[in-house]
Amino acid sequence: MEIYDGEFISELESIARRVRAHAVKMIYQAGSGHPGGSLSAVDILVALYFHLMKHDPKRPDWPERDRFVLSKGHGAPALYAVLAEAGYFPVDELWSLRKMGSRLQGHPCMRKTPGVEMSTGSLGHGLAAGNGMALAAKLDRKLYRIFVICGDGEMDVGETWEAAMLASHHKLDNVTLYIDRNKLQLDGPTEKIMSLEPLGDKWKAFGWHVIEINGHSLKEIIKATNEARSIKGRPTAIICHTIKGKGVSYMEGSLHFHGKAPSDEEYRQAMEELGVSEE
Amino acid sequence: MTWKWESQRKQYGRALVELGKERNDIVVLDADLSSSTRTADFASAFPERFFNCGVAEQNMIDTAAGLAASGKTVFASTFAVFGTGRCYDQIRQSVAYPKLNIKIVASHAGITVGGDGASHQIIEDLALMRVLPNMSVIVPVDSNETYKAVKTVASNKNPVYVRIGRADVPTVTDKDSPFDLDKASIMRTGDDVTLIGCGIMVSKCLEAAEELAKHGIDARVINLHTIKPLDEKIIVKAARETGAVVTAEEHSVMMGMGSAVAMCLVENFHVPMKRVGIPDVFGESGGCDELMERYGLTMENIVEAAHDVLKRKK
Repeated sequence: MEIYDGEFISELESIARRVRAHAVKMIYQAGSGHPGGSLSAVDILVALYFHLMKHDPKRPDWPERDRFVLSKGHGAPALYAVLAEAGYFPVDELWSLRKMGSRLQGHPCMRKTPGVEMSTGSLGHGLAAGNGMALAAKLDRKLYRIFVICGDGEMDVGETWEAAMLASHHKLDNVTLYIDRNKLQLDGPTEKIMSLEPLGDKWKAFGWHVIEINGHSLKEIIKATNEARSIKGRPTAIICHTIKGKGVSYMEGSLHFHGKAPSDEEYRQAMEELGVSEE
Repeated sequence: MTWKWESQRKQYGRALVELGKERNDIVVLDADLSSSTRTADFASAFPERFFNCGVAEQNMIDTAAGLAASGKTVFASTFAVFGTGRCYDQIRQSVAYPKLNIKIVASHAGITVGGDGASHQIIEDLALMRVLPNMSVIVPVDSNETYKAVKTVASNKNPVYVRIGRADVPTVTDKDSPFDLDKASIMRTGDDVTLIGCGIMVSKCLEAAEELAKHGIDARVINLHTIKPLDEKIIVKAARETGAVVTAEEHSVMMGMGSAVAMCLVENFHVPMKRVGIPDVFGESGGCDELMERYGLTMENIVEAAHDVLKRKK
């Protein structure tokens, strides 16, 4: 099967490496941003935009396209880097992140950036918005699917669970939610700030099909998403166990890099580790 | 003056059903108050296009955003107190900022909610909505205008907030009187003083004008149904021609319609002005008329304000 083909997976992995380098460079050049939560979500985004989703960068408003919502809007650098790599806009534009006049706002804005489906940034909105798109798809008898990435910090938000109820009430099997379970939120470990476990049981209790995977394994992301596609009558939540700051040693599992740009020295080291010294 | 009292909510329900028949893209959401807001009328006519979100207003607004982003014209309804304050962040982030095609039609606004008390009497919704960029704010004056406003806003693609009441209100317009979002309506001509009202207070302004006429004072009455965008032209013209302005609203005077008019006049044409409205306090339980009297929303309050501005007029 194609998805287990070693060459194909390593191709995706090299895109992911490039995306990570772009994200770190964007934040470095902007002087601010959220590297930790951007890097933890990269592999999910790459699997979606380079394999799983039906979309056309030349026609961002193609009615049949699959929809993606980045509920954890602070992961915008990763989303922008993936969109640029996919061809929605030039890679060179990435370095304008957070600058005056840029189409790349600090948090995603659907009116400014081609490919961005929903404006996000205030946490806990994305799943409900994705549900709205899913209801529209059902009303219009369209087959497009909706993919949402939430951060685990967003599990604190009441609206997340309101949306969880609505999705299962309406049997939205066209919704797939990825929970970027990097186990750290701004103030500390999730289990210390506001315990989430048993998280899978919570989603099951809300009527969802639940899968737990390594969120950095492209194979597992693809396999779980295909499983979600086959589940009828209920939505699927994929709990993606990830590492905040994945790919840059000193950012991995670090609270410090939740919302801080790397210094000059840190930036050089990150580029070296990501194997893109030319960046 | 004797009025025919009619329900705004009933006309909202009627307009929605008509829209549902005319257009497939109309979708309606409610938050467990559909029998009160009258979205239930749409729900029974078009069950597949109605989504009851339960007691979850935040979820309702973001779900509306997803539907609107997918090409639907979405009406979202609940009581005004829950449809503005309780989901303000969702309205800001997912309706106003992305400028999505969502109409929040909120009922049970203001102090005329009556017995439910201050917890349900929102007197700050106009303030919350008018400061949001991209958001239009409409206060239909009566049942006829509610119908027209709903039909009108359905034809644009912008975010709109429409405020209606619980109680029946005096019918002051005809079924065929024109309604234009960009133009306030002159309900009575006069050159001595201008009374600008919105919602239920327009009828009080008309009563006040009758009373003033007994003293030889000719009051102009304007129905300012659209608070945003504000019809500055008609306001400035009235100030210029009458030299004194009174506003009247069933809303806190802190940042409602009267404030919008005051800001317009202070920058364009200074005249003596007075705002009739609810002072900077919460309401309480009571009958509609008792509450209107307690909180300064009577015809007499408007007459008194008119005498005050006339005294200050040079």
